[in-house]
Amino acid sequence: MPKLKYLIIAIIAIAVLPSLVHAQSAEQRGLEIAQAAKSYDKGFTDFTAKMTMTLKNKAGKTSRRNIRIKTLEVEGDGDKSLSIFDEPADVKGTAMLTFSHGLEPDDQWLYLPALKKVKRISSRNKSGPFMGSTFAFEDLGSQEVEKYSYKFLREEACGEWQCYVIERKPEYKHSGYTRQVAWLDKEAYRLVKVDFYDRKKALLKTLVASDFNQYLGHYWRPGKMHMVNHLNGKSTLLEWADYQFQTGLTDRDFRSQALKRLK
Amino acid sequence: MLIAWPVIAAAQEFSGNIAAEAISFSQQGQFPNQMDDNLTLSFKPKWSGEWNNGDDAWSVEIFLRADNKDEGREHADIRELLWLHLDGDNEWRVGINTMFWGVTESQHLVDVINQIDQVEGVDGEDKLGQPMIHLKQYHDWGVLDFLVLPGFRERTFQAAQGRLRFPFVVDTSAPIYDSSDENNHVDYAFRFSQTYGDLDLGVSLFKGTNRDPQFDPGSGIPHYVQMTQVALDMLLIADDWIWKLEIIHRDTDPSAYQALTGGFEYTFYGVYDSDINIGSLAEYSYDSRDEGQRGVFDRDLFVGARLAFNDAQSSELLAGIIYDTEKHSQSFRLEGNRRFGDSWKGTIEMQVFSNVDPSDPLAAFEKDDFLLLEIARFF
Repeated sequence: MPKLKYLIIAIIAIAVLPSLVHAQSAEQRGLEIAQAAKSYDKGFTDFTAKMTMTLKNKAGKTSRRNIRIKTLEVEGDGDKSLSIFDEPADVKGTAMLTFSHGLEPDDQWLYLPALKKVKRISSRNKSGPFMGSTFAFEDLGSQEVEKYSYKFLREEACGEWQCYVIERKPEYKHSGYTRQVAWLDKEAYRLVKVDFYDRKKALLKTLVASDFNQYLGHYWRPGKMHMVNHLNGKSTLLEWADYQFQTGLTDRDFRSQALKRLK
Repeated sequence: MLIAWPVIAAAQEFSGNIAAEAISFSQQGQFPNQMDDNLTLSFKPKWSGEWNNGDDAWSVEIFLRADNKDEGREHADIRELLWLHLDGDNEWRVGINTMFWGVTESQHLVDVINQIDQVEGVDGEDKLGQPMIHLKQYHDWGVLDFLVLPGFRERTFQAAQGRLRFPFVVDTSAPIYDSSDENNHVDYAFRFSQTYGDLDLGVSLFKGTNRDPQFDPGSGIPHYVQMTQVALDMLLIADDWIWKLEIIHRDTDPSAYQALTGGFEYTFYGVYDSDINIGSLAEYSYDSRDEGQRGVFDRDLFVGARLAFNDAQSSELLAGIIYDTEKHSQSFRLEGNRRFGDSWKGTIEMQVFSNVDPSDPLAAFEKDDFLLLEIARFF
């Protein structure tokens, strides 16, 4: 009798499983693409770079920010990253330290040079604008696989490359988006375009990344990222320069109390 | 050292700001000769550089205030003149430095390393450079700070013409010290701090000259006594809430006492689908000393709102009221600032004192409601 029971279970399993697999395939395939993109980028260890943000309002008036970035890859958790502000002059020396943790809230500290004070801040402001730009804090955060649920939509040409088009829905709390549609190229998983849909499900912003360069013969980074807000007409151009990988950064360079000694 | 100098020159950086400040008082002062308005200039340049691949660094920061009407406020100070040396998990700082300990907004009980530059503001956030040898040690279980503080800095006070001052004019020519070492007394301080997930914790100890002067009855001469202070500060982040607490036990003359400031900040993010964040703050302060010996924050409640516009100009507005729950004195304060262009910043400050009880230390400021505008050029 027990043998017969196992046989019945086996038959049911064989009959039902393929349809389950088929039903999950769009989600499964989306997740697999996200995992492949993450694993392609794995092992970069650390990088430093300079970032110039040019903010443009609807009337075309621009303002500029210069920020130095240091990022440390953390095995089994989100990255640690440090942003040091050089411009505008009134925030020169301000530094922001972030320990990202996937679905858990990030730990964040801010160094205020005018008060010479390191202040623990809430990372809750995910949907808020970064330095008055059209980039939200969550757009610039560490991209961990578990932060979204995924769905494969289609494959299509994206400029010179062929792209996977996937939908991703934020699984972390306090996102300003209901969903994003992302274009990743099939060859090296470069994120070339993202459409952001707001809480009312309207198309809010579009990010286009370009001028990709390869570092250490493997890791791709965009030279330019252009974020347009379709609702208020504002845009921000983010230009990256001086990318350096595996510079020897360690945990020592990412201590909240060490923020005071950065220039 | 000689070889290092060209490297230092090459790595040098220069930054700072120059600012013009205009202040106007709504009423005539309650003490003779007090000014009604004033226009002053300040200059805060900073030079810094590093060598040995960043393992050694230096910085110099100077503050200057030119004031034609209040000679007590016209002053210069070295905020920083520092050599920093990194050695693995040890950080050495030798020279003059300014530092900040603590977490609360309305009062800074734990922050006792530097003397307050009182003529620059009543909030205690402007401080005089303190000579020190400071070792910071990083361990897996926390950060340790050891400080040796040779040399004492006297508090700055307004002259007779100044507003927001004591009822008497402070005579800074010959302060009284309890220690026979006078202003050469060597002070010590220690701090342990660590982050435990959403909690930041600090425990500190200070032994040396009390930065807060006392005034003997009928005397305008500052009297500096000795003190030993044990302090605790903590900050807890719980989603939209930030909880803050500072507690001190201060063993000093004439008697030991305890004081605390604690409260919360709750933030509404992106109100009405805008980019604006509104933070609401509330803090309560307690001081165990007898009536007459206490500071301004003895049984006081601070309630405030912070508006961050998150715009390209980084516009901010902070409005708050300090209410004495026993004497019912009130002090309302508004602070706003925004950037103009890429390198200018404008600040507006307003303070109104109302219903001030004659026995409250605030009584000396009763007629000192003011409006202040500052425009600063950063470089």
